[in-house]
Amino acid sequence: MTPFTFARAADVPDAVRLGALPEAKYLGGGTNLVDLMRETIEKPASLVDVSGLSTSIEERPDGSLLIGAGARNTAVAEHRAVRTRYPLLTRAIVAGASAQIRNMATVGGNILQRTRCAYFYDDDGARCNKRSPGQGCDAIDGFNRIHAILGASDACVATHPSDMCVALAALDAIVHLQGPQGMRTVPLTELHRLPEDHPELETLLAPGELITAVELPALPFAANSAYRKVRDRSSYAFALVSVAAALEVDGGIVRDVRLALGGVAHKPWRAAKAEAMLRGKPATADNFRAAAAAELADAKPLRDNAFKVGLAQRTMVAVLESLLGTSSSGGKS
Amino acid sequence: MPMTISINGAETPLPDDPRVSLLDFLREHLQLSGTKKGCNQGACGACTVLVDGDQRILSCLALAVQYAGRAITSIEGLSQEHGALHPLQQAFVEHDGFQCGYCTPGQICSAIGMAAELERGVPSYVTGDLAVIAIAPDHEEVRERMSGNLCRCGAYNGIVAAVMEHVNEPVRETP
Repeated sequence: MTPFTFARAADVPDAVRLGALPEAKYLGGGTNLVDLMRETIEKPASLVDVSGLSTSIEERPDGSLLIGAGARNTAVAEHRAVRTRYPLLTRAIVAGASAQIRNMATVGGNILQRTRCAYFYDDDGARCNKRSPGQGCDAIDGFNRIHAILGASDACVATHPSDMCVALAALDAIVHLQGPQGMRTVPLTELHRLPEDHPELETLLAPGELITAVELPALPFAANSAYRKVRDRSSYAFALVSVAAALEVDGGIVRDVRLALGGVAHKPWRAAKAEAMLRGKPATADNFRAAAAAELADAKPLRDNAFKVGLAQRTMVAVLESLLGTSSSGGKS
Repeated sequence: MPMTISINGAETPLPDDPRVSLLDFLREHLQLSGTKKGCNQGACGACTVLVDGDQRILSCLALAVQYAGRAITSIEGLSQEHGALHPLQQAFVEHDGFQCGYCTPGQICSAIGMAAELERGVPSYVTGDLAVIAIAPDHEEVRERMSGNLCRCGAYNGIVAAVMEHVNEPVRETP
């Protein structure tokens, strides 16, 4: 680990001031950043501990939920309003990592965690455009079973590893940012970038910008929602494919639906095509299958991960069918 | 920012170098070698310790300075008066919850944290109804909740038996 200075931010303005120092990084729980620093993939000159800032979870009068970026993953998963109003978010969080890591990891840090592509981690032995821009990518012709099938580029086929973010993408979560230029909000689905020619640029955060909160808009039908994760062992493993979904059915017709995929792309993948095909259509297995197939139509599998195309489709259909069984016939409102 | 950290009840100066992990601080600076270094990258759970009494974390992924002003309990801090074993340690002995013993301190700290999470009603991946706060700690729940602690000897059956006994019949601990 390269030397760095450490400071605990007193409040958000203090954090943003310290975050403007050269080569500064914000530190949440540290479960990813400390590991990357030990591997000398990350070499910040200073760490600004923001884990004690904005840890509250607030139910607001407009029906939205405002989750402080410093809230620990466990605190979000166990919160009464999350588990009853947005169960897919609780399900996604408890599908991720281990209980110890969920106790440490913050919401902001979970969003900004980096890929677990083994070539990204292998500083001595592999080329990686994300770690060393312009170097090349050894994953594209390497062991790429866990890599992306959607939205990848010739420069990078890494996936975003978060479970939580897949649920946030389905929920149209809004990320609150504070930076040297002031505060702004960005939809979570736009925060992460596709790799294109610059996989080292993972989000649209400006230098020194800090995630302060995540807002979940009111979404009554999210009470009928689920998260399913398919992985190599039944617990404590990253997703090969995951699906977050919410479904509202009225008289056998899909009134509204939310679908997002994990483990398939450089960012949490909102399945907008499938959603558009399903809205207003009969909630049948055939329509679920057609929508899932349409979403994956542009998939470009690599040598080892063609199985993900069918797996993603089957998982989408299975999750929607499970939600059909729990949707009240009159539609939830 | 406080310049000390409480380790098993003793206020202790923090290391000067912020690079020191909580795990190395315990083992190399304080000679508390009960906490084990397995993978040193958050994949095995051998380094699990407790923060502020009952919150389980991985000390390998923690910088000691992050926990300034907090109270850390390691396996050394669990033994009872006159050197008696913690009831969960006793349960591990009775149920053959280990072979080589290397993962055991982490397993025991983790299980204490798990018991507190169950008591609070924190759901797990296998919890059926998220609205239910009183979650029955059955075999499947315990296995899922302890999945962050690997045992390469494969003593899982004994570990689960010891932990189930502890969470289902909590022995009153000496204050």
